[in-house]
Amino acid sequence: MLGLRARSAVVGIGESEYARHGQASASEFELTLRAILASVEDAGLTVDDVDGFVSYGDDKNEPIRLASALGIPELKLAACQWGGGGGGSAGHIALAAAGIAAGLADCVVVFKASAQGQHGRLGLGRGSYGAGEESVGYNLGGAASAPYGLFSPPQKYALRATRMMEVGGVPRSAMRAVARAAYHHARNNPNAVFASKSLSDAEYDESRWIAEPLHLYDCCQESDAAAAMILVAADRARQLRHDPVYVLAAGQSGEFRAGAGAENMAHYDTGGASLLAPRLYSEAGVRPADVNVAQIYDNFTVGVILSMIDHGLCTYENVSEVVSFDNLIAPNGAMPINTSGGNFAEVYILGMSLHLEAVRQLRGSARNQVPGAEICLSTGGPMTALTSSAIFGSSNTV
Amino acid sequence: MSYLPTGISVPKPLPDGLDREAFNRLARHRLAVRRCADCGTWQWPPEVICHECRGFALTWEDVAPAGYVFSWTRIWHPVRPVLRGAVPYVVVLVELPAAGNVRLIGNLLGSAGQSVRVGDSVTGVYEDHDEGFTLLQWQKSGR
Repeated sequence: MLGLRARSAVVGIGESEYARHGQASASEFELTLRAILASVEDAGLTVDDVDGFVSYGDDKNEPIRLASALGIPELKLAACQWGGGGGGSAGHIALAAAGIAAGLADCVVVFKASAQGQHGRLGLGRGSYGAGEESVGYNLGGAASAPYGLFSPPQKYALRATRMMEVGGVPRSAMRAVARAAYHHARNNPNAVFASKSLSDAEYDESRWIAEPLHLYDCCQESDAAAAMILVAADRARQLRHDPVYVLAAGQSGEFRAGAGAENMAHYDTGGASLLAPRLYSEAGVRPADVNVAQIYDNFTVGVILSMIDHGLCTYENVSEVVSFDNLIAPNGAMPINTSGGNFAEVYILGMSLHLEAVRQLRGSARNQVPGAEICLSTGGPMTALTSSAIFGSSNTV
Repeated sequence: MSYLPTGISVPKPLPDGLDREAFNRLARHRLAVRRCADCGTWQWPPEVICHECRGFALTWEDVAPAGYVFSWTRIWHPVRPVLRGAVPYVVVLVELPAAGNVRLIGNLLGSAGQSVRVGDSVTGVYEDHDEGFTLLQWQKSGR
């Protein structure tokens, strides 16, 4: 089998300004362009080298518009990972890596932009806003949920959290630890939207309910920002400015009946990556115990914990010991996660910023560096119908 | 008198008619769930094909509105202005053992502060709205 292992590598990363929703100084499209230019510069390439763009989740910035705006000589790969929200936030890396391995394109930008000030706050949910509006269908905010007051992501995922706690026995302490680790890491990251915020146990516990059992600090922020990375073939990557960060494995997964609407997905007590994770570890040639640091898509604390279980970083049985604040923080925790602050506290670009942090960790240039990190797991949005993940490795892993 | 204020959202059948029969029966206070005429598989939400035998012979079957709380949430943050005076309210996800354990979303009638746990038995209550639709709500079964 050919596979994707180490056939391509990340050679450049770039980001726009990171702002709270409604507070960016530029349009979403301009934020996207600025992130792309920053990634090109970081790689030591030129804009004319870029010949592909891949994004995910209904991104509004079409590759051909980007290519035309940037005056790129020829666009050879324009692709988007299906699936709403952040479920595909690592799947687009798999598409780019596959495109490079197959020769469809040579220098591919993977990116995501989300300006919730410009395009609407995701936390308000989909569906109708005004009196007398109509709803249809079985997606969140459709006829099967909106008339009952179920519109928004935290409400939907509160149902998952109730199961995780009441049936799975996951304690509140694990959720609190996930939230606190993110804010803790952001304190050392001047680029983080919540760089100046700290979160204590008491502040977490006393924060208002959004939808029980989710407190305010179980939920991620809403932002205006864009981020991008450049992938090229492994042999070309070795001639560029930075040590390559190799794609050891990446892929997507939609499990049996995962897309059945109105909360009828078959596997309700997982994050949706229980088939994907073993497949990716096998392709990467590593085990969960080999992961030095992980960026776990943090839409909600419940999703982080389910994703960690799916990816073998803990189990339902040992979650209360493993998922503690001390274990989750760099540099010395047993399994540091979301070391830049994650979606919770750095910025929420539906998971894209997590991959940039994975690259920084494997270059050894992270603000909260895990000493000697060589393998970083970087996951897509959990609890979504279609999920995705990536495993990155430093030069020593190839 | 409805559990939540009127004006949140008026549910309508899908434009292709796939779930129109469920709406029609709900208006007559009957709960209809999709079922495959060939292999007997229960299916929710409705789809045009059976996900087990891949046949297209799907029908509607009336089911007694009784089940168990599969999950629940008490919602405190009003994401629509119309809900500001309605929080907190309880949303339940109800599993129907008589229909292949398909799950339905509804509200748990009664005090928003009442205790609710996964596994609680609940019974359906049809809630007619002046805008011309009916919702299936739930209340804890007598013990």
